[in-house]
Amino acid sequence: MAELTLLVNGRSQAVDVAPDTPLLWVLRDTLGYTGTKYGCGMSQCGACTVHVDGVATRSCVTPVGTVTGKKITTIEGLSPDRSHPLQQAWIAEQVPQCGYCQSGMLMSASALLTKKPKPTDADIDDALGGHICRCGTYQRIRRAVHRAAEGGGK
Amino acid sequence: MTTRRAFLVSGAAGGAALVIGFRFSPEAIAQAPQEKKTPNPFDAWVHIGKNGGVTLITAKSEMGQGALTALPMILADELEVDWSGVRVEQAPTDPSIYDHGTGGSGSIAGSYLPLRQAGAAAREMLIRAAATAWNVEPATCRAETGYVVHGPRRRRLAYGELVEAAAKLPIPDLNKVPLKNPDDFRIIGHAIPRTDVPSKVDGSARFGIDVRVPGLLYAVVARCPTFGGKPAKFDATKAKAVPGVRQVLEIPAVGPGAFSAGGIAVVADSTWAAMQGRKALAIEWDHGPHAGESSQTLRQAGETLSAQPGKVVRNEGDASAALAGGQKIEAVYELPFQAHATMEPMNCTVDIRADRAEAWSPTQAPDWTRGAIAQVTGLPQPSIKVNTTLMGGGFGRRYQADFVVEAAQVGKAVGAPVQLLWTREDDMQHDFYRPAAFHRLAGAVDAKGNAVAWHHRIVSTSIRSFWDPPDKVKPEASEIGGAVDLAYAVPNLRVEYAPVPSSVPVAWWRSVEASINAFVVESFIDELAAAAKADPLAFRQRLLTEPRMIKQPPDSESVLDTRRFKGVLDLVAAKAGWGSPLPAGRGRGIACAFSFDSYVAEVAEVSVDKAGIPHVHRVVCAVDCGRAVNPEGVRAQVESAVVYGLSATLKGAITIASGRVEQSNFHDFAVMRIPEMPVVEVHLVPSTERPTGIGEPGLPPAAPAVANAIFALTGKRLRRLPILKV
Repeated sequence: MAELTLLVNGRSQAVDVAPDTPLLWVLRDTLGYTGTKYGCGMSQCGACTVHVDGVATRSCVTPVGTVTGKKITTIEGLSPDRSHPLQQAWIAEQVPQCGYCQSGMLMSASALLTKKPKPTDADIDDALGGHICRCGTYQRIRRAVHRAAEGGGK
Repeated sequence: MTTRRAFLVSGAAGGAALVIGFRFSPEAIAQAPQEKKTPNPFDAWVHIGKNGGVTLITAKSEMGQGALTALPMILADELEVDWSGVRVEQAPTDPSIYDHGTGGSGSIAGSYLPLRQAGAAAREMLIRAAATAWNVEPATCRAETGYVVHGPRRRRLAYGELVEAAAKLPIPDLNKVPLKNPDDFRIIGHAIPRTDVPSKVDGSARFGIDVRVPGLLYAVVARCPTFGGKPAKFDATKAKAVPGVRQVLEIPAVGPGAFSAGGIAVVADSTWAAMQGRKALAIEWDHGPHAGESSQTLRQAGETLSAQPGKVVRNEGDASAALAGGQKIEAVYELPFQAHATMEPMNCTVDIRADRAEAWSPTQAPDWTRGAIAQVTGLPQPSIKVNTTLMGGGFGRRYQADFVVEAAQVGKAVGAPVQLLWTREDDMQHDFYRPAAFHRLAGAVDAKGNAVAWHHRIVSTSIRSFWDPPDKVKPEASEIGGAVDLAYAVPNLRVEYAPVPSSVPVAWWRSVEASINAFVVESFIDELAAAAKADPLAFRQRLLTEPRMIKQPPDSESVLDTRRFKGVLDLVAAKAGWGSPLPAGRGRGIACAFSFDSYVAEVAEVSVDKAGIPHVHRVVCAVDCGRAVNPEGVRAQVESAVVYGLSATLKGAITIASGRVEQSNFHDFAVMRIPEMPVVEVHLVPSTERPTGIGEPGLPPAAPAVANAIFALTGKRLRRLPILKV
């Protein structure tokens, strides 16, 4: 074990975990950020996606020791009040069904919009092609990303 | 056979409230068929507070299908309250009060009428209470968005002011209580946003895996990869040395009714520590009697069994003679096992004490959960509290209680709250899979292009054979729907069934046998159309010319109305532009299926790239599920079912070697992803019929529509799923 300091959603927090522990489990089990989900443990489904210094990152294969001092953002920190244009668009398009994969989808989509404010369908495929939604909400996700990009969250 | 009662309750928060409960009598529950949870009888409590707020307490679980929005919509409309004032609450688990169990596409279908009756009964009681207060005839009063209103001066009393008096009145006869004229529905039939969506965009939605209680420990289990195997011996020394690991224990397999594999459990301070501890276990497995089973041996069994007569489940005319007299077409279709692969892996959190237990379970069957905990712990059921959480997908997998059994075993041994979690590998390798199937068909068309013979031999690893005691098993009961009730009028028709013995656990996968049989039947009817040199749509329509009501097998509760079957075919053809030119390199295929009392037809547009990989560009769906309570919810469910069906059509399969599953995670069990997503259009048949199932019926037509489109484009008939390459 080791004392590490993590900066999660703007808050600096000390954790006593082995540095090779995946960030996912530190977020979920140690710090209680359960919005970040476990889906596969091998970077195949995207459910665990968070931002590390703004970059969409699979927390299930990211050793926590590699992200100390970096800015970590989880779904809980995407906005304080569901006001992020993507969250608004997700509600407007009624995207989620079971909802389990959507935290990861939103984190990757928001990283995409930061880089490309007006993404094409191909950009969306690139950014979200590593994610899985078994409810098959992909069509609505695509619509919602475009809606948010066009400023039409509501 | 409903019982009913009303009573006053007092609570610290809200004071007196009108509570009306309805439930099916124990006799009705006892008579319900054991094998399949048919559309659930209504069971919910209506709660009206003194502030006028309405709460529906429902025993249905939410797994993304939108039941927790659509159910209160029905109640609110009939009760005449403002939609924004209605809340829904998950019922505590108590099978003596509630009908638990969410499956069979039955939440709306089974609750529609009882919920309307409940809302109407409460409304009538409130009206009578107001009429008494005003000393007027109840018939001169009416209910309007939370008020009872009377007379030209429109004097009114809020529901909240009336609950105390209303609760003392007798409950009207539910079968005679006046229901609203559907023309006056303000909520039913309107697109209402789902109430659970906001919590699913900010991480606040709590799934089973997110349950956190003080002092929680985490556990994973090492199971024998071979079905029916068990640990011969194990050494936990290294596992116990992993930091955070608290305890290692063996848990036994639990037999029929739960079918948990048993294994070695590792309990730790965190999920990750438990996983690391499991990795460090040294286990020698006794692989058991089924280590010789493989997809190849099952296929050989299918070949052999389908070459000989099976149990005849439908026989009209003389199929053998007609086959000899016409142009004969023969074909064999094969479908592999399929995994559910819900995004949230199986898990259950328990707190087992000496005299009581509490569980938090993402489950489609909370009552089974409670029964499993009672079985393992020996605690009486009333001392076990089961909290049903949101589910990260269900699709039939979460009807099972195997993961609950394991949690209870571990929780009992540890004596502290434990969350038992399956890894994705556990989930992929220890599912209850969709059966593998091997179908042999022969058909004939005459010189005029009429279908004159249809001989269908179904061979599969039967769900009922896996679950039922050998002396009571009826293997075909879970395997023939969607085939035995062939909608098309073929005068000489014979359907047979034979089960393949297998150790692979099988159970209900979204749409169950309909997904298998629709692929076979709707592909083979296309083959007959091609043999008759007929247009696939026109060929089908001609076989549906004469309206018929088909009730097959004869003891089935479902009746297929060929007019509605043809209705969705006609609608999908119109919406898809059937017969209109397509861009070069595109093909179009059609298919139709009846399942869970609903009718869905689909037209798929596909292309095949230079590498032979098929791509689906557009799927147009026509749906007749009776009255759509929440049309937006219906569309979402059909979109979802199509994608789930396309994954099984084009992507993943579960295969068996040496008695175990060969796949382990999403890298070798592929599913549809966003770049492959076609445009899915859903068109609803306007209907005043009772609402029928919608969580599953969109799935069965997807595979045959795609395969038929590939045939139209390339001339290649693909009879084995998944279609990875043309």
